[in-house]
Amino acid sequence: MNGNIVIIGGGIAGMEAAKALLALGHTPILVEASKELGGHVASWHKLFPDMSSAKDIIDRLRADVRGANAFLGTKVISFNRLADGYSLKLSNGIVVNASAVLVSTGFRLFDATRKEEYGYGVYDHVITNSDLEAWFSGKEDPRVPENVGTVGFVHCVGSRDLKACNGQCSKVCCATAIKQAIEIKERFPYAKVYCFYMDLRLFGKKYEDFYVNAQRDYGIQFIRGRVSEVGETIDGGLQVKAEDTLSGKPLKVRLDLLVLMSGIVRNDSIRELSEMAGLETDSDGFLRSVDNEYSVVESNRPGIFFAGSCTGPKTVPETIAEARSAALSIHTYLSGE
Amino acid sequence: MIYEGKQRIWSEYQKDIPDDNWYYVRSCIRQNFFPASERMFTEITRNVLGKDIYETPHHTTCGGIAYHCDTIPQETVMTIVARQFALMTEAGYENYCPSCITSFGNYAEILETWREFPELEARIREDLWKACRREFNKPKYLAHSSDLIYHWRNEIAARAKHKLVNAVTGEPLKIVEHIGCHYAKMFPSKGVGGAEYPYVLAGMVESWGGQVIDYPERRHCCGYGFRQYHVKANRGYSLSNTHKKFESMEPYHPDAIITNCPGCPYFLDRWQYVIAEQTGRTYGGNGFGIPVLTYEELAGLVLGYDPWDLGLQLHQVAVEPLLDKMGVEYDPAAKYLGLNREDIMRPELPTSIKCF
Repeated sequence: MNGNIVIIGGGIAGMEAAKALLALGHTPILVEASKELGGHVASWHKLFPDMSSAKDIIDRLRADVRGANAFLGTKVISFNRLADGYSLKLSNGIVVNASAVLVSTGFRLFDATRKEEYGYGVYDHVITNSDLEAWFSGKEDPRVPENVGTVGFVHCVGSRDLKACNGQCSKVCCATAIKQAIEIKERFPYAKVYCFYMDLRLFGKKYEDFYVNAQRDYGIQFIRGRVSEVGETIDGGLQVKAEDTLSGKPLKVRLDLLVLMSGIVRNDSIRELSEMAGLETDSDGFLRSVDNEYSVVESNRPGIFFAGSCTGPKTVPETIAEARSAALSIHTYLSGE
Repeated sequence: MIYEGKQRIWSEYQKDIPDDNWYYVRSCIRQNFFPASERMFTEITRNVLGKDIYETPHHTTCGGIAYHCDTIPQETVMTIVARQFALMTEAGYENYCPSCITSFGNYAEILETWREFPELEARIREDLWKACRREFNKPKYLAHSSDLIYHWRNEIAARAKHKLVNAVTGEPLKIVEHIGCHYAKMFPSKGVGGAEYPYVLAGMVESWGGQVIDYPERRHCCGYGFRQYHVKANRGYSLSNTHKKFESMEPYHPDAIITNCPGCPYFLDRWQYVIAEQTGRTYGGNGFGIPVLTYEELAGLVLGYDPWDLGLQLHQVAVEPLLDKMGVEYDPAAKYLGLNREDIMRPELPTSIKCF
């Protein structure tokens, strides 16, 4: 076989893996469905917990993978097994024979319109975490008032929610909500900010400090309870009802802006890809690794590897580490070791 | 408010409603509260629209009130409902239309339960046979009577004598729509428009020329809530729920409220009197309350029926301000004359809310 490596998905997992493979002497081929490399992180403003610039990381990765062949705006439309590899037909008409394939197709955000009670797409000042990141990055959004006095963040929108057919935790939303709440306070120091949560899962390095800082230094209020209902007030604001389960009381607040922390769900392309390539999927709809402890980057098919959120929600550092691991596994696989 | 957002949701919650041949069952309590509503339903559907609407005097309660008050086991309710379905089957119908929202919820819940647990349905069939030697087919279609008026709303609009439009200014009247909790909150897919932004009454209001008011406590219970009212000690809770709704809708200055549940129009109407007596607060203009109508009553006004033949004199809140806005002609002297034109006596007028 020719030693070609095809990386499907040009987000941070695909780019980091490409960078590592280039360093190991390979020339990977990146296939990305959108018009540019970067994935979700490219549309994010800052990253938790250090508040580092997402753009800096993406710019650095884009520079690092210049040596790779990249097909942008391109999809894999067929995937055939060969005796010693795979033949992939791309939507641009090119057929690539590959000795190894890395799947790094990432995730998509839960469609917040499905939680009708929150009024996304119905009320004027309800946005998602993704919308807020775009606004932080400078994109105008009439849903964000000029002077924000009160803001609410709803955690777990479409995550850990069996009614939404999405039982898993999205892992990054708790810390993202804290990050976004802090960024709101930095822009509107006098704003009252509420975070409605059912659990706070702050497992990563410095996440707990981040949470404590949000309360101590920024005065952000954390309310343990799910929002039950959102309505619009006569002045265009929002009335939000929730239960504070720590005090055991229902509460009702008026907000200028409500941010829904849309969770991570499997990318739609996974089903098609898994059928074409004979890859197994898990009960959560994400791709199934050989196991979830030791061989997370390996698939059930020889020569096909995984990196990033195609197997489940992951943080940025986890994704980067997994991409490097997958690159090394591919290198080892091609070396016949 | 993004109207297109609501339209998108409405498009996802539409249901098949056959155009004719319905087996109609009345509510236990509606005829006592709003005596002409069900009569107007059969009048409009049979005589105005020419539809086949069948009723039988053998129909009984569905057991829904007792079920929701926790005083009767669900298996007993199921057997009662099985008998109702047997009556429908014997009459040769397969489209079932209850007038009561709680009945509608009750039937929907039982049909879903039987779908999930067919062994339970088999047991109920056996119980029904042992009890009264009857057998039944399940309805092919289940629709609330407000679903049917919604389905025929444009045909009613085409025959309208009066629109939901201010006859003087030409402005659309501002209408609050209130949906009974058991309509779609249990099974959003069973209701037109779903549970969060139901369209069944909003569609009628729009079709008849009015403007729907969306206010923060729109989804809140009317205050009836079964145990909130039937347990006497809880009646303050019932009243406080209703009070919360009126305080929330008042800034929008609604001209009327349209409802589709037996309890909702009763409590939204009667509690306005109690609130006025207790606090002096009234929510309509000039010391009046906000008129509360059933969808059949409103359809009757739109079609030009005499308001006193619609039983509107039995409302606590005076309906005359709404009639005047719509340009409906009426004889004030005939308000308390019965169908036989004999005086049915005048109620004592309250002190804190204007009535005629």
